[in-house]
Amino acid sequence: MFKGNFIENLPKIYGFYTGGFVVFIILMAILEQIGVGADTIGILFVIFTVAIYAGIGWLSRTMQVSAYYVAGREVPPVFNGMATAADWMSGASFVALAGGIYFGGHGYLAFVVGWTGGYVLVNSLLAPYLRKFGCYTVPDFIGTRYGGNWARLVAVIILVVTSFTYVTAQINATGTIAARALHIPFEVGVWFGLLGILLCSMLGGMRAVTWTQVAQYIVLIVAYLTPVIWMSNKQGFGIIPHFTYGEAVARISELEPLLAVGAAAIEKAPSAGIKILTSLHNGPEDSVLYNWKFVTLALCMMAGTASLPHILMRYFTTPTVRSARRSVSWSLFFIFLLYFTAPALATLTKLQLFDPNLATAVIGKSIEHVQNLEWIKQWTSVGMLAVTDGNKDGILQINEFFMRPDIVVLATPEIAGLPYVISGLVAAGGMAAAMSTADGLLLAIANALSHDLYYKIIDPKADTARRLIVARVLLIVIGALGAIVASFQLTGILGAVAWAFCFACSGLFFPLVLGVWWKRATTAGALAGMILGFGAGSIYLWWTYTTGEMWFGLDHLRFGIIGMPVSLVAMVVVSLMTPAPDEEVQQMVDNTRDPSGATILEASH
Amino acid sequence: MSDSSGQRTRHWERTRNLTVIVLVVWFVFSLLVHWFANSLNGVSFIGFPLGYYLAVQGSLIIFVLLIFYQNWQQDKIDSDAGLSGDETEG
Repeated sequence: MFKGNFIENLPKIYGFYTGGFVVFIILMAILEQIGVGADTIGILFVIFTVAIYAGIGWLSRTMQVSAYYVAGREVPPVFNGMATAADWMSGASFVALAGGIYFGGHGYLAFVVGWTGGYVLVNSLLAPYLRKFGCYTVPDFIGTRYGGNWARLVAVIILVVTSFTYVTAQINATGTIAARALHIPFEVGVWFGLLGILLCSMLGGMRAVTWTQVAQYIVLIVAYLTPVIWMSNKQGFGIIPHFTYGEAVARISELEPLLAVGAAAIEKAPSAGIKILTSLHNGPEDSVLYNWKFVTLALCMMAGTASLPHILMRYFTTPTVRSARRSVSWSLFFIFLLYFTAPALATLTKLQLFDPNLATAVIGKSIEHVQNLEWIKQWTSVGMLAVTDGNKDGILQINEFFMRPDIVVLATPEIAGLPYVISGLVAAGGMAAAMSTADGLLLAIANALSHDLYYKIIDPKADTARRLIVARVLLIVIGALGAIVASFQLTGILGAVAWAFCFACSGLFFPLVLGVWWKRATTAGALAGMILGFGAGSIYLWWTYTTGEMWFGLDHLRFGIIGMPVSLVAMVVVSLMTPAPDEEVQQMVDNTRDPSGATILEASH
Repeated sequence: MSDSSGQRTRHWERTRNLTVIVLVVWFVFSLLVHWFANSLNGVSFIGFPLGYYLAVQGSLIIFVLLIFYQNWQQDKIDSDAGLSGDETEG
C-alpha cells in the first residue's frame, strides 16, 4: 500500500521536493526583478515553507503507538541522518553560530568542535545500544535497565528541565524570525511559530516530525550555503570558499591592529543586546586558563550532545542496530556541512566590513556615508544595530559600530549587496532550523510525560487511543507554556542552549553510558548519579549566575564540568555499596550489546 | 550454547577495543590539540594557521571520517561473530 511505497520512493519524493523549492526560489527572484517589494517576498518565503511542513504533518497523521513514538521504526539511515541534523541544528546554530564566531573569535570555536565531536560519543557509547534496547524514550531505557519507578521518574524530571530550557530558546527564535519576516509584533510571532510547530508534530508524532525534519533540513542547508558561496565568488575566493579562506583570516589578522580591534567603546551601547567587536578573529591566548576554558566548554557540549534526549530518540526510529549506527554517521556528515561553513561565513562577512579595498567596507568610512546605507538603516530601525560617533571625528571606528551577534547571518546577504531573494531564503532557513528543533524537543517532553509518567507509572492499563490523546494534549500544553516563557525573553538564545547541554550531561550522561558499559551499575547508583550530578550542576549554576563568582574560570556555560564528576563518583560509589544487579539484569545488558536478534522491550509496549 | 556465549564474549571484547581506539582519537582531536592551539598556529596549513584550521575544519573532518571508519570496522566485527542482525533487516 502507500506505506511501503512511501519508504521506497523517498529519494524521488524529496528529490522532487528539492526541485520544487529551487523553482520557488527562482520564481521569487523573478518577482523581485519585476518589482515586487522585499517585504512581500519575505512573507511568501516564510508562509510557503511553513505551509509545506504543515502539509507533511497532516499527511503523516497516525493513531498507532509505534508510529507515533518511533515513526514505525522504518526510517532509512540517510533520511534519519537528515532529520537528526535538522533536529540538532537549532535557531542557535543557524542564526547565532556565525555571529558568535564573528564576535568571539577563536574561543567561540569550542562550540563548533563540541557540537560535532559529541557525535563520536553518541556513536561509540550509546546510539546502537539504545536502539537494540527498543525503548520509546530515554527514560524508558533508564526505567527498564535500572528498574523501579523512581529511576524512571527522576530521568523524566531531568529530561523535562533540559528540554524545556532548550525549547523556550527555539520558540524565541521562531518568534524573532516570524516577527521580522511577517512584520508582526514579537509576542504574536511567538504564537505563530508555535502554531507551525504543533501542526508538524501533533497529528503524526514522531512520524510526522521525521518527515518534516527532512524537508526542513533541505531548506536550511540550501539557505545557509547559498549566500556563502555567492559571497565567496564575489570576493574571489573561488566557488567553494572553505579551503581558500585562509587568506581572508590572514588579511583580518593584518587589519586588526590597524583598526584597533580591542579598543573599548567610548559610548555605551545605545540599546540592549548590541555590542562592539573586541575579540581578535584568531587570537588564542597563550595561557592555561584560556586553554582550560576552551576544552571545558567543548567537553560540556560533547557530553551534552550524547545525553540530549531529543537527539538520542531519533536513533530509535531506524529498522536495525546497524542502520542506527549508519544514521549517526550521516547525521554528523549533514551537520558538518553547516558547521564547517559557519566560520567561513563569519570570516568573509568580517572582511566585507573591514577591508578598505572592498566596496562594502564600513569601518574607516565617514559616519554619514555609513548611516545612509540601506541595510544599516533597516537594522538600526529595529534596534539591532547602531552607529555612533564617539570621538566626534566623523569617521566610523571599530569601537563605534554596535551590532547584535544574531544578525550576522540574517544581515550578511544585505551587507554583501546580494538580491533580497537571498535574505528571504535565509529567513526561511532560520525558521526551518528553529522549528525543527522545537518539534523534536516538544515531542521528547510530551512523549516522556505521556509514555513514562502517565502510561508506565500512573495508568498502565490505559488503551492506545487514550495514550495517544494524552500525548497530544500534553504536547499542546507544553508548547503553550514554552511560548509563554519565551515571550518573557529571559535569557539569550545561546545561554539557554548551553544550559540545556550542561543539565543533560550533569544528570544523564553517566547513568546512560554506564547502563550499557558497566554491568555492576545498580538502581541506587543510577539514582545517586542522576540526583547528585544534576543537583550539583544546578546549584553551581545558581551560585555562579547570581553571585558572579566562579571556580577555576567555570562560568554558567560550563557547569556540566561540576555536575559530571559528581554524577560519576556518586554513581560508582553507591553502586559498589549496594548488591550487584541480579542475573536477569546482567542478561539484559549482555543482550543490549548483541546487535542481532529481537529488541529487549517488545515492539509495542 | 556455550559456543555462542564464547562468540558473544569475543565479539564484545573486539567491540570494546575498537571503541577505546575511537575514543583515543576523539580525545586527541576534540581536546588535546586545542590545548596547544597557540603553538600550532605557528605552523601554516593550506594557508591557515594550523591551530585555527583544526578548530574550524580539521577536527570536524577527522570526526566524520572516524565515525564512518568505526562503523565499517564494527560491521566487520558483527559479521565475523555472526551477530550482524541482517536477518531482521528490511
